[in-house]
Amino acid sequence: MAEAADTPMEEGGESTKELEVAPALIAVNPSQQSVVVAVGSDLRVYDLREGCAASLVDESDKSFHKDSIRAIRYGVNGKLLVSAGDDKLVKIWSTDSWHCIGTVSCEKRVSAAAISNDGHYVCFADKFGVVWVVNLEEKDGTFSLVNEKAAPMLSHYCSIITSLEFSPSGCYIVSADRDYKIRVTVMPKRPLNGAHEIHCFCLGHSEFVSCLDFISSPDFQEGYLVSGSGDSTVRLWDIMSGSLLDTCEVGAKAGLIDSIEREEEQFCAVTDLCVVPNSTLIAVAIQSFKGIVLLSCNVSAKSVSFTKVVSITGETFSPTCLGMSSSEDLLWMVMGISKLPGLDCSSLVRVRAMSGFKRISEGEPIMLEDNEMPGGQKLLEKLQGSVSIEESVYVAASEALKKAMSKLLIKKHYSVENRETRKRTRNDKKFKQ
Amino acid sequence: MVDKETKTTLNKTTGLPRKRFYRARAHSNPLSDSHFPIPLFPSQFDYSQHYPHFFPASSENASNKKIQFADIGCGFGGLLVSLSTLFPDTLMIGMEIRDKVTEYVKERILGLRATNPGQYQNVSVVRTNSMKYIPNYFEKGQLTKMFFLFPDPHFKEKNHRRRVISPHLLDEYAYALAVGGIIYTMTDVEELGEWMKGCLEDHPMFETLTEEELKADPVVKLLSSATEEGQKVARNGGQTFRAVYRRITPSQ
Repeated sequence: MAEAADTPMEEGGESTKELEVAPALIAVNPSQQSVVVAVGSDLRVYDLREGCAASLVDESDKSFHKDSIRAIRYGVNGKLLVSAGDDKLVKIWSTDSWHCIGTVSCEKRVSAAAISNDGHYVCFADKFGVVWVVNLEEKDGTFSLVNEKAAPMLSHYCSIITSLEFSPSGCYIVSADRDYKIRVTVMPKRPLNGAHEIHCFCLGHSEFVSCLDFISSPDFQEGYLVSGSGDSTVRLWDIMSGSLLDTCEVGAKAGLIDSIEREEEQFCAVTDLCVVPNSTLIAVAIQSFKGIVLLSCNVSAKSVSFTKVVSITGETFSPTCLGMSSSEDLLWMVMGISKLPGLDCSSLVRVRAMSGFKRISEGEPIMLEDNEMPGGQKLLEKLQGSVSIEESVYVAASEALKKAMSKLLIKKHYSVENRETRKRTRNDKKFKQ
Repeated sequence: MVDKETKTTLNKTTGLPRKRFYRARAHSNPLSDSHFPIPLFPSQFDYSQHYPHFFPASSENASNKKIQFADIGCGFGGLLVSLSTLFPDTLMIGMEIRDKVTEYVKERILGLRATNPGQYQNVSVVRTNSMKYIPNYFEKGQLTKMFFLFPDPHFKEKNHRRRVISPHLLDEYAYALAVGGIIYTMTDVEELGEWMKGCLEDHPMFETLTEEELKADPVVKLLSSATEEGQKVARNGGQTFRAVYRRITPSQ
């Protein structure tokens, strides 16, 4: 059960409450007009068009985020941004004025969010696996919420939803969960009445599915679905039939398993992936790996193959979240964590960028130095909080991140006797009198 | 040694398992993470293990039959046993979350197969949480009948999401059922009966069967007469509440 992971009874009996940390997230405006980083409850926006940090304005009496943000997403045209997380609030922002145009309260913590391609619907998933939808209204170019109450649309039965994605045509909504399931649902004409028609399931991953994206080509608009998972594979799917087209063992193919210290025979979970727009490249981030794995997809042959590993040297930087605009040849990467146990600084965010995907045949993509980044020092000051970061902080952060990620996504396994103890000490029994 | 022990759980004259060795708690939490193996996708389900008569391990030209009936929460398997002889060429499966009860049904089927050669080859049982794993067992539109008989009522509103019939789970059942396939529900709890009927009535992919259709369907009579729970209700002179619906193509 989703909530079972949150009960304070650990194997050792100690409380895990204070260890609850969230990895940093990054999102890039589709036309690279702004970049957003979320760390903990903090939402940091840098406006690249204006060349300055943007400050968010919320005129309603509702508060800003009070707890870790777990999802940030731009709409397809970049006019809207949605942020949501553990404080059970979903906030929708206009990216022109950076005003909050609506706040939706959810009964449970929110784990994923997406905006429909036409910008009329915002969908978000809660910890019980229910996907909710709210309707937006557009008048003279400004959006407003029709109703602050969300309607349930579909449900993965009690499994945390890790990713929500609309298909390029907008006809389907794809949801992935911690139970290795990917569900493709027909996006109905009236989503507020629920999305009942399941088009197919994409089954084949043997661990949690962490990320989804679509890859398409000019002559194949609907494209194929790409998914990354805790089983250290990236898979290519045809969502029209639900069939698995190809599997790429990114962990094994990249020869990573040897370079990463194998302490608890940890597999290399894929933490995020990003399809490079207008190309067939897929950038893949792997847990604790200092770099990016590039895969290339052959759309007509329906295959994905390993291309190369781009290592990041000089600092302990293992990206946890990736973002890319559809206009620029720039992959944005973030590594960060909301809380650092046992250190002075409360959080860490490091933002880096990589360029040169358009000319991949001529050479390696290049990591940009801090002063080469769009927005330069000013951007880093806003998004990272500080310009320079000590190496010791990196090391502590990468340790904490590893724990946070596995806590978030990997199901706990209890021994039989441990299960019995947990059953006896269940706290819901109190209500049974 | 081991052989002797297992033999004593079987009835000496009929060769069938004795229920008292398979008592289990009446309730199981469908929300908890599962600790039993499940197929990753439908084609991984081992038909030869469940239906050896139809899928002999050695044979090259194995049958391409697929399971068409699913009894969700089959309990001690009374309905499956009756359906087996009524539809001898249809593969059917019982899905039950309580492992001891599943063991009982497994033994019961093996016993019936041994005492009635050639019969009961089309039924089997699997331990699973069907609220979570229906798509792991069945492809889209594979089933023609689904049964939800005397499910756990979960009276408290807080626990309504544990009910096996709910608006969102019906989406998954509609996915597994072929257009024209039939979903049978029955309970002795009036409140739950109304809930199940209400959920099905409100769902755009199901329509109710007419009285004539219900009368003509031989399976409808079995719902209360063949199931252990139904017999218990009849013994105590209780009431049953039935809702039978057909899977339709939703109107856009």
